[in-house]
Parts: sequence; structure tokens; C-alpha cells
Amino acid sequence: MTNETTDRVVKAKLIGRTDFEDMILVPVIAVVAALLLGALTMLLTNVDLATIVRSYVALAVGSFGSLNALSETLTAATPLVLAGLGLALGFRAGLFNIGAEGQILMGGMAAVIFGFSFAGLPSAILLPLSLLAGVLGGALYASIAGWLRATTGAHEVILTIMLNSIAYRLVDFMLSMPAIQKAGRADPISKPVPEAAELPRLLTWIDPNLRVHAGVFLMLAAVIVVYWVLFKSKLGFEFRASGKNPEAARFAGMRSGLIIVSAMAAAGGLAGLAGANQVLGVLGRATPGFSAGIGFTAISVALLGRSHPVGVLIAGLLFGALEAGGRQMQVDAGVSIDLISIIQALIIVFIAAPLLVRAIFPWGFRKAAGSRE
Amino acid sequence: MDVELRGITKRFGEVVANADVNLTIRAGEVLGLLGENGAGKSTLMNVLSGLYRPDEGEILIDGKPVAFDGPGDAIRAGIGMVHQHFMLVPVFSVAENVVLGVEPTGKFDFLDLKTARRQVREINQKYGLEVDPDAKIETLPVGVQQRVEIIKVLFRSADVLILDEPTAVLTPQEVLEFFEIVKALRDAGKALVFITHKLNEILEIADRISVIRAGRIVGEGDPKKLNRKELAEMMVGRPVSFDVIKAPYAPGRDILEVKDVTILRDNDEIAVDHVSLSVKSGEIVGIAGVQGNGQSALIEALTGLRRVASGAVLYLGDDITHASVRARHKMGVAHIPEDRHRAGMIADFTVAENMVLDTYYDERFSSGPQINWKAVNARTAEFTHDFDIRTPSVFAQAGHLSGGNQQKLVVARELSRETKLVVAGQPTRGLDVGSIEYIHQRLVEARDTGDGVLIVSSELDEILALSDRILVMFKGRIVAEFDATKGTVDKGAIGLAMAGVAA
Repeated sequence: MTNETTDRVVKAKLIGRTDFEDMILVPVIAVVAALLLGALTMLLTNVDLATIVRSYVALAVGSFGSLNALSETLTAATPLVLAGLGLALGFRAGLFNIGAEGQILMGGMAAVIFGFSFAGLPSAILLPLSLLAGVLGGALYASIAGWLRATTGAHEVILTIMLNSIAYRLVDFMLSMPAIQKAGRADPISKPVPEAAELPRLLTWIDPNLRVHAGVFLMLAAVIVVYWVLFKSKLGFEFRASGKNPEAARFAGMRSGLIIVSAMAAAGGLAGLAGANQVLGVLGRATPGFSAGIGFTAISVALLGRSHPVGVLIAGLLFGALEAGGRQMQVDAGVSIDLISIIQALIIVFIAAPLLVRAIFPWGFRKAAGSRE
Repeated sequence: MDVELRGITKRFGEVVANADVNLTIRAGEVLGLLGENGAGKSTLMNVLSGLYRPDEGEILIDGKPVAFDGPGDAIRAGIGMVHQHFMLVPVFSVAENVVLGVEPTGKFDFLDLKTARRQVREINQKYGLEVDPDAKIETLPVGVQQRVEIIKVLFRSADVLILDEPTAVLTPQEVLEFFEIVKALRDAGKALVFITHKLNEILEIADRISVIRAGRIVGEGDPKKLNRKELAEMMVGRPVSFDVIKAPYAPGRDILEVKDVTILRDNDEIAVDHVSLSVKSGEIVGIAGVQGNGQSALIEALTGLRRVASGAVLYLGDDITHASVRARHKMGVAHIPEDRHRAGMIADFTVAENMVLDTYYDERFSSGPQINWKAVNARTAEFTHDFDIRTPSVFAQAGHLSGGNQQKLVVARELSRETKLVVAGQPTRGLDVGSIEYIHQRLVEARDTGDGVLIVSSELDEILALSDRILVMFKGRIVAEFDATKGTVDKGAIGLAMAGVAA
């Protein structure tokens, strides 16, 4: 180790990591830095300056610039926030759940199947039960990983990645089953969700094209519930204790196996709800891979949101905005939507390396203080 | 080489860690730097080793002022630090670790390990260190790893060695060996700074003592003319009592009965081998023994953390052999774990959260599924006052408290419940005198109010000071029992039993 690195490590340790810096400053800087580097990327790929400006304008307009843009941002953000909240719960409990994608698929399938199977029920009953089916589908699927982790010690990262692959193929298989496949179709596509099970669109009275739907309320309710669970409830206290120091939690009489399974189930339930939200609110049916990578983007959302419910909400809205704005950007400036992926990835790089952010942008961070001995 | 610190002041924001400190370090001499945790010892040494720059004052080497811009400058000037927490690569050999960062290289920049090994052997011989240059670090006992750290510093040709709490991680036997090494280094003309808060050690090894309290040097002296009491008073700033005052021994009914219990380690080796013992109401039973003789497994089994392979554990006459941790808590078993960082508290949690770590479910602190944080915070405020836990607020991170206050937090949590049995593992390891005194008082108080107390400690002095009965564990068995209620117990006899020599 060179002297400079020793020095830097020591200094880094000295800087008090206050909540403000950690929760707000680093994420904000990360987003700004990612946008700047995104512009640089465009420059390096021979996009001229005017187009870059035009594309960022389109990004802003496409995400927040109109009622339709806002509607699209919210529509894209809702599943990200729901699944992100689940992942945040898991992270707090020390579980690195990569399986939101599979849990979304399973939850979505459960919601669709329940929806068209009981199509005769009135909406006031069918919709909540279909959503519940989604929650249970995701929760049960995630519990498999939780149960294997708790009983055999197999690592949840590996388990959930494998379960994602299984979920993809399982959905493909289910979609070709006569009981599920839409009658008269040769391609794998499910029967449609009956109207009574659909999440109602909210703004069709203004413009029938506005897609924002009642899932937004689910999202807000979930933020509040997860906040309560994490910081007010006994269960959340156990989650957080096991996540921070599993040995101390065990010594305090908490049962780690139970906590692992219930944390995974809660995470899976929220991801399942995200899946139900997609099929009941946006897609109206299940198709192969309808999760569309939401489960993976949600990992970024949970990380950017610092595994805090409010942070996840903000991060989810931001990523939703990037997605909605990205489409506009492609149309207006002809810049590939892949740039959005680059920006999202850069945000995560900066979030994962807060020291990097501090090194590049020293302003606003407290100087060495506190911490003696 | 002589080093002088003159008027050193170091501030962190509002906090003054060192105030106008003067200190002289001479070649061929061991300077003992004594101070409680948080007194400013480490800050001062970090100034000397170039990690911190002092706000005021200067460092003189052989009379010439120097300025260090980083640890590299200090090392080049011949000042080396042996840290409390070793900085070694476990999968590398001794020689590889020693040369890390200053590797001798041959042609085409090839690593010249042959030279490295030879140089390590030379240092070995010179100071009687006896370390195999080819041994892998992870296979070495802690005491030997520490020698590797010393070799590292010597390899970088240090003349001043700063030893930061070097004995904290060593067994009593290793401490003796370590002292031999310190003496050899001193006799070879090195200047040594020995940082500690352990009075016995500093009296034994130091040639000169400086006592630091609240960032200032409050006393200096000759170890031959000072005794423990005077030193402790200087360090703590008030008279310290080493004698524990206990009510007369009046044992009541059996609280805990352990009957022919055998316990296995994780690798299925036998940790505790057919042990029987009992703890009565109103008595302190101390288990002495060198670490690793089954004491930890015994405690874990008694508190429900480890399965009992055979035998039975009775609590107030009821069989609790297979009761859960939580069930035992509810029955009135308090557990002060031997490793507070790993098992006793959560460093990232607040003081309040830690205070209810194993009682949050209690109706005092929660209703239904919800924790009543208002009640938790109010009770925590009371406890911090009752148990003298110095914390800026109940919302402060527990990890930011000093070791003594962290342990008081654990003790407060465990003893503030309704208890009948207190199981304490190494209750004062690594703590300062003031905190030790306080925690001992609390344990005795529990005994005097009718609890049964079981203490496991590798510090013989602690066992002797507290116990009514002393059991000695060796290789998983109780090999000796001493009655401490009738006069003093022969320390030598316990020591022999600890070493496995039958009395």
C-alpha cells in the first residue's frame, strides 16, 4: 500500500457520514455526474453539441413536460418503486435478492390466471383478489430462495438468479398450456385480463391515451406500509438487526431462519404486486418475458434510494422519468435509447462508489471531524 | 534516536484530542503511555507516525524539527507503528508480508523472495523473534502474527517502535513472550512506546511512564516508585478501588444446575465434556481457564445458542436443556456476551435500538406488531443515566461510543430486566479501569440482590476479585474447584489447574 492510499483511507474514515450526505448529496451528485458523462459519451460518438442539448431537452420534456409525459413517467415508475421497495426490505435484512424479475413474472402470472379464472366476480372483489394473487405468487416464489437459504445456507444471490431463469421458462411453458393460452392463438400469449380485474385508468376523462392507472395509489400505499414495517414494527426491527449484525440478532433471541424466509416473502410479495400491477394496469395479459427487466432496474432503484422507502420512491420516479423521457429523446433527437441505460448504469456506479463522488466533487461534504482514537 | 514531541495540540472540529502535549522518547528505553480509552493516546501516536498533522507544536528528531506529510515520511525518518489490528495478508507467507510495498526485486523486476527470506531471518536472529519466513500468516497464532508486524517495522529500519495496545489480543503466555521481545529490542538500542491501559503490564515493562487523560499529560513517573493505585488515580482522575465490596456470602436455592452436559463444537469436536456445576442464588461462580477450553461453548449452551449433545440443564428446577434463547430471556436469564462487537450490540444501531435489542417485543416497549419508540427512548434515557453510559443522546450510534460505554450499554440492557441468572463472558475485556470498576459493582449488586451469577473470564484477577466459588476449565472439563469464601485462594494453584496440571 502506498502512502497516498493509506492517507486517503484514513481521511475517508475521518469524514463523518451523516445521513444528509449519504441519503441526499451522494445520490444527487451521482445523477448529475451521470448526466454529464452521458453527454460526454454522446460527444465521443460524434453527436454534435446541438443534438446533445436537444436530447436532454427532450429527456426533460418527455418525462415532466406535459400531462402525457407525467402520466408515462408515473406508469413506468410504479412497478419500479413496488419491486424496489421489496428489494430494499431484503437489503435491510441483509439479503441480496436478485430475483425480483422472476418474482414479478410469477406474481403477474398468478394475477392474470386468477383474473380470467374468476371473470364473473364483480370488480370490487375481483381486482383486490387478483392483486392479492399477485402478491402471494411473488411471495411464494421468493420464499423458495428464502427457505433454501435458511435451511441449507445456499447463497440467495445464486438461488434468485437461477430462479429468474426458471421463471422465464416457466412462464413460456404456462403460456402454451390450453388452460392459459388465449384460444385460437399459436403464439404463447395468455387469455386477456377481464375488465373487472383491470386497474382503472385515472385520467381517461381528459384524454383516453393517458395510461396512468390506479397502481399509483398502490405504490404510495406500499411506500407508507414499508416505511412502517421497517422503522416502526417489531418485524422490521428484526429485519434490520439481522441485516446489520446477524450474530447479535441471534444472541438477542431472534430466529434467523424465520427472518430470512419472511424477509424474502415480503420482498417477493412486493415484486409480485409489481407484476400484478403490470398485467392488470398496463399490459392486460401475460406474454413471454413481460417483466421486461423491471426486476433488474429495480435493484438500481433500491440502491439509489439507499434502501429507504422514501428514497426508493424518489429513485423510482427518476428512473421512470428517464425511461419516459428516453423514448421522447429517441424521437426528437434521434439519440438511441441505449444512452438511458448508460446513464442509469453510471448513476449506479457513482452510488456504489460514494468515495469516488466525494473525490470528484469535494464541495458540500463535511471535512474531517469527530472520530478520535 | 531520540524523539521529542513539543506542545502538540490536535483538534477535531470542536473536540481537542491532544492539548499541549510534551513527550520525550529515548533510544534504549521503553516509554509507557498510559491512558483510558478515549484519552487521546492513539491520536498522539497517529501524530507521531505521520497520519495526522498537529495543529500546534512540533516534532523533533535528535533535536532537529521535522514535519511529516504522511506515514511515509515518518517511516523514512525511522518511526514505525505496530497497530493493534494487524495489517497482514492471510494467504501470503511471512516473508511476502514483510516485504509488501518495499519488495526487493531482481532482473526484469522479478520479485526476489530469496533475499526477502534471508533478510527476515537476519532480523529474526538479531532480536530472537523465531518466525518461519515461509509460514503462511493464516496458519500462525495471533502472538506470532504480531511478531510479523514487528518484523515489518524493523525491516523498514525503524528506530522508534510504537506499540498500540499490543497485548490486547494476546494470551497470558504470549504476553510473557512478547515482553521478552520488547526487552530485546530495547537492549538493541531501539526506542519503544508502549501504549496501554493495563496497569500491571506498564509497571512490568516500562522504564518510564507518562499518563494521559483528556488529551493532556497529567503525570509522569518511574515505575519503580509508583504503584497500581497511584497510577490508576492519575489515569482516571479520581481514587479507584480495586477491592470489590460484597455482602456476606449467603447462598440460597439452586438457580442453575448443569448435569453431566456434553457440548460439541461446529466441527463436531467435543468442546464440553461431561460437565456438572451449579449456581445458587446470591453467589458468583467464576470459571477460570485459558481461552479455548470450552468456556465459550458452555456459555452458548446455557443461553440457548448451542445445542446440548447430552446431559441436562435445569433452571429453578425446570428442564431448559432445549429452550430457545428468547424463552430463556423471558425466564430471567441475562447474558453478557464475551464479544460485544460481534454478538452484544449492533454498531450501526442507535443507543436506544441497542437498549431494546432483546426486549423490544416486551409489552413495555411495544403494542401489537408496533414498537413504541417513545417508551423505548424514555427508558433508554433513564438507563443511560442509571448505568452511567456517556452518550451525546439516545439516538447516537452505539458504534461511536467508547468501549467502556458500549459494554455498560450491554450490561444495562441485560441487568435492567427481571433477572435471576446472569451469565457473563469476559465482561470487562479491553475496558478501562473506571468501566471495569463499575461493571464489577453491578455484577456484585446482582448477586447481593439474590441473582445467581456465572462469570467466565481469562483474567485471573477478575475471577479472584468477584467469585465466591472458582471452577477451572481445561480441555472441556472442570478440573478443579476452589472455595473463595474462606480467605484468599492461592493464585498459583489456579494457574497450575489452568495449565492442566492436576492439583
